[in-house]
Amino acid sequence: MHELSLAMSLVEIIEAEAARQDFHKVRSVLMEIGELSCVEVEAMRLAFEVAVRGTVAEAATLEIEITPGAARCPDCGHLAQISSHLSPCPQCGAMGLIACGGDQLRIKELEVD
Amino acid sequence: MCLTCGCGDAMDHEHGHEHGHEHGHEHGHEHGHEHGAGRLLRVEQDLLAGNARHATAVRQRLQRQRILGLNLVSSPGSGKTTLLTRTIERLNAAAQRCWVIEGDQQTSRDAERIKAAGAEAIQINTGKGCHLDAHGVGHALDALTLEAGGVLFIENVGNLVCPAMFDLGEAHKVVILSVTEGEDKPIKYPHMFAASGLMILNKIDLLPYVPFDVDACVAHAKRVNPRIDVIELSAHTGEGLDAWISWLNRERDALSALLGDEPPPPAV
Ligand SMILES: Nc1nc2c(ncn2[C@@H]2O[C@H](COP(=O)(O)OP(=O)(O)OP(=O)(O)O)[C@@H](O)[C@H]2O)c(=O)[nH]1
Ligand SMILES: [Mg+2]
Ligand SMILES: [Zn+2]
Ligand SMILES: [Zn+2]
Repeated sequence: MHELSLAMSLVEIIEAEAARQDFHKVRSVLMEIGELSCVEVEAMRLAFEVAVRGTVAEAATLEIEITPGAARCPDCGHLAQISSHLSPCPQCGAMGLIACGGDQLRIKELEVD
Repeated sequence: MCLTCGCGDAMDHEHGHEHGHEHGHEHGHEHGHEHGAGRLLRVEQDLLAGNARHATAVRQRLQRQRILGLNLVSSPGSGKTTLLTRTIERLNAAAQRCWVIEGDQQTSRDAERIKAAGAEAIQINTGKGCHLDAHGVGHALDALTLEAGGVLFIENVGNLVCPAMFDLGEAHKVVILSVTEGEDKPIKYPHMFAASGLMILNKIDLLPYVPFDVDACVAHAKRVNPRIDVIELSAHTGEGLDAWISWLNRERDALSALLGDEPPPPAV
């Protein structure tokens, strides 16, 4: 359950922002998760519920934006959108694409009071 | 003391929110427009940024001392500790230094095995935690008497999923897969194999007794990560160990070639 330690980092970031930008309550959190990031969205939601208890984000809803993975085909050079490390090249069918994006794990926006 | 976080105490403390103000301008300007009824703030911060900061500090520290850092990852029982005890005997015989950071949820049994094999070791117990993080590794380094050159092995918690995401400041992740686990593991757990520079296929002494297709396994690993190196060995019998020791020497030489042989004099 690495999602729990990630959710705790998320709360740390929010608390630091609360002190810096002077808010006391978070209504919603917008997060970006890359499709190649090794994070289970449902596990992240559960971990978030646990991690926000007793913090300024206690009542916040979590919105998640999924970004597709990106990879370069070693055979034809095509820059492909992929959903897993196992996806073949959509252009030429080659295996073994080299991942080059889509492992983001970011907090993007907060709606606060 | 922890140079990255400034904390003065032991390895397993929790960080509060005292970190995280050195980010400069990339975060936190206000939008000005309204959304629902709350104030909308753009934050744009990486969840792993805290770990990445600690990992960078560990990496710089190891590079300064010309130490090759390796993060050993696998499912439980693949033979990480057995491989390390064997490796330590070989390195000691060649008068090469190494150190081991042992990560387990509980007990210091593996650290005891390493010490008995003749290397300095420190145990990190993660409790319920399913992976090591770079902050813990940084503090563990303080407890070791590091010298220039040599190899630092970090044996991660046995788990093929979670440790993949956490950079510990290593030069490479090394994933160990034993032939009793099935040749499809690289495609079932692709993140770990995608993140690793080397796959060690261990327990090849058992190949006569278990159905395991080595070629298919290597093909699966290359499909996930075309650049991964593969070494087949048995930590039990010692077969194939030479290739692993050569790989270690090659990587250590690559580090010296990159940074120069002599570590710079210590900062005053
Ligand atoms: N036959 C055979 N057994 C091995 C080999 N390497 C390790 N073992 C056995 O596999 C079992 C697990 O080995 P460990 O070295 O403790 O494995 P580990 O990966 O450190 O385990 P955890 O730290 O608990 O995840 C032990 O019973 C070892 O004796 C090998 O090459 N061949
Ligand atoms: Mg072990
Ligand atoms: Zn292609
Ligand atoms: Zn610290």
